[in-house]
Amino acid sequence: MGTVRRHAFVECNADKVWAFVGAPERLHEWFPITECRVEGSKRWITLAAGIVFEEDIITLDQDLRRFQYKIVNNPLIKFHIGTVDVIPDSDNRCLVMYSTDMDPEVLALPIGGAAGVGLAKLKEMFDGK
Amino acid sequence: MGRKILFITTDQQRYDALGCNGGAIARTPNIDALSKAGITFDRAHPQNVVCMPSRSTMITGQHVSTHGVWMNGVPLPEDAPSIASDLRAVGYSTALIGKAHFEPLLDPFLRFTENRLGNERQTTNNPADPHRGFDHMELSTHGAVGQLHYSQWVRDNHPEAVASFYRVLDNELQVNAQGGGDTNAPQLKINPIPTEWYHTHWVAQRTISWLNSLPADKDWFCWMSFPDPHHPWDPPESELHRVPWREVDLPAGYIEDKSKREKILDNKLRHWRGWYDGTFVSNYEAPAHWVPAALTADQVREVNAFTHVENELIDDAIGDVLGAINSRGWANDLDVVYTTDHGEFQGDFGLLFKGPYHVDSLMRLPLIWRPAPSAKTAPARVSAPVGLVSLAATFAHIAGLEKPAYTEAPRLPISDDDAQKLGHERVLTEWDSVLFGKIVHLRTICRDNWVCTAALDGTMNKFGEGELYDLANDPLQHVNRWSDDSVRALRDDLLSDLWASLPAQVLPLRTMDAPV
Repeated sequence: MGTVRRHAFVECNADKVWAFVGAPERLHEWFPITECRVEGSKRWITLAAGIVFEEDIITLDQDLRRFQYKIVNNPLIKFHIGTVDVIPDSDNRCLVMYSTDMDPEVLALPIGGAAGVGLAKLKEMFDGK
Repeated sequence: MGRKILFITTDQQRYDALGCNGGAIARTPNIDALSKAGITFDRAHPQNVVCMPSRSTMITGQHVSTHGVWMNGVPLPEDAPSIASDLRAVGYSTALIGKAHFEPLLDPFLRFTENRLGNERQTTNNPADPHRGFDHMELSTHGAVGQLHYSQWVRDNHPEAVASFYRVLDNELQVNAQGGGDTNAPQLKINPIPTEWYHTHWVAQRTISWLNSLPADKDWFCWMSFPDPHHPWDPPESELHRVPWREVDLPAGYIEDKSKREKILDNKLRHWRGWYDGTFVSNYEAPAHWVPAALTADQVREVNAFTHVENELIDDAIGDVLGAINSRGWANDLDVVYTTDHGEFQGDFGLLFKGPYHVDSLMRLPLIWRPAPSAKTAPARVSAPVGLVSLAATFAHIAGLEKPAYTEAPRLPISDDDAQKLGHERVLTEWDSVLFGKIVHLRTICRDNWVCTAALDGTMNKFGEGELYDLANDPLQHVNRWSDDSVRALRDDLLSDLWASLPAQVLPLRTMDAPV
């Protein structure tokens, strides 16, 4: 099992950041993917190399500000769970945490790398806003 | 007109691969001729023994602690210094053809320019300010998978050949342990691909094509980077007759007696034995599901034979490129620098591949600088320790530029006297790996014919432990003298020199965004 965790402190109110991060259909606006489509509790994302991941949305907890999903129906991926948490640090500061647990373990690394890009984008979008 | 620079690299090649360095298997007449007419370095070390960190040192002239590419999978920042940019700024046309690997290969998000260029079948991202200072990039890795130009070329033109290569990764995306050939050796396959479609030939032909696109009066810097003889060992089947594996002698570093071999391993830092037994795979550069203790003598022979076939093909390809350069009338003003990024065990200590093991198998590299004949530099062999960290300053020197301020080592010397004048007293090598909780950190100095490696705290080793080898009297590094009281003062002096000479590591460490 590969486990990877990336985080960023965003200088913005947690509810405001969560309103964006907790909208699964808006992933392509901050994460380095090319397309994102949501139907009910299903999401499909397309990577730049053309790979499509089918995902089940398993947690969308407005109180905890937690989003969890897993990649499904993929012959390569035996286990996956992705978790995004938005945790208030003060009125105008929050911690965004992106965790990936995955088998095959090595795939956790490029997803972690992409999460790093996504978190940097979130900071660009929300810092000081 | 100034001097042209052909920078030739291979991948994972040993010092003793070449005839000019005493190699007795592969015939390498073209490289041997460069050595005979140029400067041959007998103690050249990389600053890290895997691809991305070592290649990042070549282009930046910096140690790993400074450029920050501490392991494969950590991308070199787009704005890192590049000697190609400096050369381009003074009018050189610049190209990198073959294996770059400053950025991760496993890149499903296409975050990295190298992969995007291949995916889009482009040779530059921005002609006015090209990636890492190269006007032209056509890239390749070890087979026909992935996004790079060679893979696209095979898929576009010879799709039937895609599956002829060894499958580098297994279903878990780990480095594949599947065996092949006559001996079932890992990462070895009989490849039916015609030689003309193989990446060694492709790299040479794309190099010739780019050179032929240049005006006769243009100065140029061309990095021609062969992916071989790095595993997988799958050269064209039609070439295997060159080195029949059953006729290959076992290498001097292979210890046939199992108990003697294991005793030697037990005298080294603990992670050696952990990997040999298959209980501690600390890095992604070797198959996770292969146990080195199971390696047989015949497998060593077959791996070595395939490796030397690949070495001969590289030499042939170099001959083709030098011939094309001669036909353009550039020979008298041509500097050629030949080296590799790191070595390979090839059976030494009963091991294959590479990892956190700072011995000659992985650290002693072929390095040849054949200055332009017009420079009238006398041929020499240099015994002083030098590093790939000196390459960037050497290219600047050839082009008549001052040593770039960002580089951390003087240019390569042209003799041992010159080495002394330039201050080539020691060479440093670093290792850092953190792979899902398995941690190894090593720091190494080579000076006065001794190699001293200090472990930092990690999963199996603790600070205060290490290895010390007397290269003059123990050329195979069988005897670890770290705890030998008779050389304690020497060890402590080497350690003081190591800590004083290493640049401070840029922290925090950058993230590892892929396994490779």
